[in-house]
Amino acid sequence: MQTPSVGTRASRHIVQNEALLFEVSSPGKRGYQLPALDVPEAQPAQTRDDIPDFPELSELEVVRHFTRLSTWNYGVDTGIYPLGSCTMKYNARINELVTRLEGLGDGHPLQSEELSRGALRIMRLLSQYLLEITGMDAITLQPAAGAQGELTGIMLVRAALHARGDARRKVLIPDSAHGTNPATAAIAGYQVENLKSNANGTVDMASLERQMTGEVAALMLTNPNTLGIFEEDIHRIADLVHERGGMLYMDGANMNALVGRSRPGDFGVDVMHLNLHKTFSTPHGGGGPGSGPVAIQRELEPYLPVPVLVERNGSPALDYDRPHSIGRVRAFYGNFGMFTRALAYIMANGSDGLKQTTEDAVLNANYIRKKLEGAFALPYPTPSMHEVVFSDSLQAPRGVHTGDIAKRLIDYGFHPYTVSFPLVVRGALMIEPTESANQAEMDEFIAAMRAIAAEAETSPELVTGAPYSTKISRLDETAAARNPVLRWRRTQAAAGF
Amino acid sequence: MRYLPTSDAIRERMLADLGLDSIDELFSHIPEYCRLARPLDIPTGRSEAEILQFFRAAAADNAPGFTSFLGAGAYYHFRPSHLDNLIGRGEWFTAYTPYQPEISQGTLQSIFEFQTMICQLTGQEVANAGMYDGSTALDEACMMAARVTGRDGLVVARSVHPQYREVLATLTQHRNFPIEEVGYQPDGRLDLAALRAAVTPRTAAVAVQSPNFFGSLEDWEEAATIAHAQGALLVAVIAEPVSLGLLPPPAAADIVAMELQGFGIPVGFGGPYAGILATREKFVRSMPGRLVGEARDSQGRRGFVLTLSTREQHIRREKATSNICTNQALCALMASIFMATYGRQGLRELARQNYAKAAYAAGACAAAGLEVLFPAPRFHEFVVKPRRPVAALRAACTQEKIIPGFAVQPHYPELGEAVLVCVTETVARPDIDRLVQLLAGK
Amino acid sequence: MAYPNDYRYTSEHEWVAPQGGQARIGITDFAQKQLGDIVFVELPAVGAELVAGQAFGTVESVKAVSEVFAPVSGKVTAVNAALAQSPELINTDPHGNAWMVAVELSDPAQAGKLMDRAAYEKFVAEEEASH
Repeated sequence: MQTPSVGTRASRHIVQNEALLFEVSSPGKRGYQLPALDVPEAQPAQTRDDIPDFPELSELEVVRHFTRLSTWNYGVDTGIYPLGSCTMKYNARINELVTRLEGLGDGHPLQSEELSRGALRIMRLLSQYLLEITGMDAITLQPAAGAQGELTGIMLVRAALHARGDARRKVLIPDSAHGTNPATAAIAGYQVENLKSNANGTVDMASLERQMTGEVAALMLTNPNTLGIFEEDIHRIADLVHERGGMLYMDGANMNALVGRSRPGDFGVDVMHLNLHKTFSTPHGGGGPGSGPVAIQRELEPYLPVPVLVERNGSPALDYDRPHSIGRVRAFYGNFGMFTRALAYIMANGSDGLKQTTEDAVLNANYIRKKLEGAFALPYPTPSMHEVVFSDSLQAPRGVHTGDIAKRLIDYGFHPYTVSFPLVVRGALMIEPTESANQAEMDEFIAAMRAIAAEAETSPELVTGAPYSTKISRLDETAAARNPVLRWRRTQAAAGF
Repeated sequence: MRYLPTSDAIRERMLADLGLDSIDELFSHIPEYCRLARPLDIPTGRSEAEILQFFRAAAADNAPGFTSFLGAGAYYHFRPSHLDNLIGRGEWFTAYTPYQPEISQGTLQSIFEFQTMICQLTGQEVANAGMYDGSTALDEACMMAARVTGRDGLVVARSVHPQYREVLATLTQHRNFPIEEVGYQPDGRLDLAALRAAVTPRTAAVAVQSPNFFGSLEDWEEAATIAHAQGALLVAVIAEPVSLGLLPPPAAADIVAMELQGFGIPVGFGGPYAGILATREKFVRSMPGRLVGEARDSQGRRGFVLTLSTREQHIRREKATSNICTNQALCALMASIFMATYGRQGLRELARQNYAKAAYAAGACAAAGLEVLFPAPRFHEFVVKPRRPVAALRAACTQEKIIPGFAVQPHYPELGEAVLVCVTETVARPDIDRLVQLLAGK
Repeated sequence: MAYPNDYRYTSEHEWVAPQGGQARIGITDFAQKQLGDIVFVELPAVGAELVAGQAFGTVESVKAVSEVFAPVSGKVTAVNAALAQSPELINTDPHGNAWMVAVELSDPAQAGKLMDRAAYEKFVAEEEASH
């Protein structure tokens, strides 16, 4: 095995093999027991056929199966998780506990309001705190994730512009934006127009001057942007957009750089979404659930999705009488289980902790930036906030690209950073340590990255063939896409795993 | 702050290392008018004890310990105790999306298993790794049908969950998709004649739910025949996945849009839940959401990887099938563990218990002289007219810590003061008997 | 790989091989190198009308998708079925067996206005240098 040259993090550990559920299943095994039926047996005239290959396992085998699978993953609990733009911060366990309290975890969304006062109080308090943090006027907690928040926000803009009698066709989006931004705008029926970044990596004002016309409904901005850079012209940007009759949408994915230090509502944002699963520590869970509340300026309030949380006789209540509402973006009230977690996070931190968190996140990113400068190319001289983007241009001439470096990092015991995003940087390495990285671990990460840079120089094939220490390495994704096998079937051989 | 893995001494050293005097220097490039000059108006950090106190008080105000007969899209089922225990492992719930396969085989293999089980249960050929919930899955299914057929008309049964229909209308409003609703017959089932009249060569999708909102069972085959006769796709909506343990799956459907909550996801005041789409292989490139496929590595070892990613937003951007990025992976994992635990026999027995309990309850209502609006067959819900107005019923039930069900009038005014009652395996017979008495005015 | 002499080329890296009133269309070697291993090709049906400069299909690799733009206007008379089975032909034989569609040209003179081989090779050299 190609042992890493530095670092004490990566060591050998028995990696269990575990086949698919269907392959370890055996007829007659049982993992459940229901109470005896205390009413007469009954069955409809037509029932389904038996499913011959549906799993049958004992409880212990289920536990072992999912335990073994989990050991092939890497979590925030395992170590620093430097994925840029994801904000992989600590998921505190008190959040889990409060979410599962009897009355909350088993509350039904269609209970009467009298029986839901506690849930509504939680939603109200979270709303208040998020409004204070963002500096906005009103908020909806309903969207299920950031992307759905984006769609909701753009639909609110659309409704407001229609009400002004000024429906417009286009949305401007910087070329550095996350892919959900243009996808959202297109789904909302807008034509997407690209806005170029300047040499500093921020919005090119001359381009904005030219492109911000009476046809543009909104500019969708991330601030700090996906390069981790604060848009210092944000005042001019907001003024220009407003002067020309448009609205400023902010993608709040990077709020971990701003909480307690700066508020979008104070710098001209009309509508924004938050990612509770980023800034507010609700767990990523392997790809979700998330939650994407949308905070707005007053003008957009009539259009908020139903129901809207209001005050009635001193208690929080739900208002369904919203004639101008855009409607409902998902069933029930949103991902309530994420509200409890995010609220617990805000309470645990408090105003002091939230600000300290932001400062640590920015300090950590700058620490890594300083220590990796020289080993990796820095495409923009502009100050970084909570994340830093390098490029692989120093390594590329040796045939080593960002994806290879990322894979080699796994051998050193780390999860890769974000590869090849944002698209404005060729061969991007996007690193966001968050505040949840201690100095010792960052030093190990830095040493590993520098060692890999050296390997790229002296033995590039070592990097391009990595990783060597994992269960599988360099899957043939081309073959997988050409002939997709998206489910198990009995005829498939289980050989060679 | 106890979450932060550092100290003031370390911070100072790091700042010194960077040649900085204070952390403010890292924020000084932010224009002054953007800087918040005061502390946030939020209390300072609380201890765990104080946080628990707040949430316990909130929970106490939220009907803990009540016996609930609410269903209507969110269903109470026993959740195996190892479920939360397993997903509580940090490698599951603190992991990210499996974009790097070498370090995410756990998540990837479990999604592949999940996709397989959903196919097995629904009778479809491929399934994705989840959408936000059943309501948005319906919207995504209709958009997919529009892409596949090149048409824009949507025909939706009125017995599809009212909130699902609201979401569909909201998310399609700017596309001006004509949405026509088709009513139900006196037996609570879809009016097939009206459906036949509503489906035209402009129809992209026909959406039918079974068990429907009233708990009644629809005929998938009939609906599929009507849809296909005009070249439209049948979108089968399923709000209660537990029903698939017993009822014939919608194999005739072109797309299945299903809510997963019944499979071990907490009712949790409405979310997070998870939805899925399942469909024919020939439509897979039009399907949104993540897909996991099998692959081999350079040494021939089997592994799993996110595939057909070019459908998705991070590559296709404005031309993507959907803007979905984060989905509901942890909830889908709960469903996987639930399905694996109950398994082939257990899902059938679980569904049978639900069916039997509701059949008993409906029978008891009828025996008590109450009007049960729609006849069998149903799954585990039915609509009944209590002897007193809903408000009075609720008040009487609250006194005994019972929630009688969902008042349907706001969504179906023609049904008057009727209540949708759901009876799952979690409710014991004496509680059912007591509900019947309360419904009967005793 | 050499660029055929009698083909014409666009700045979006499509080629057109005119033969009287008909022509075959595909993407160039430069394009396939940029995309990497091709996994899927989406093409129009026979009878579809192509408009010069407008997208008529897509080519996908694992990590990227690219639109294919019509170099000339015309009506599709044939679609290369081999690409459905073997999209990798675009990588191995982009100018030959990986032709995408055959069209009946609306204006046989249109192709002549595109870049010839020498002009395209120069264009490609400039593209490669700027990276």
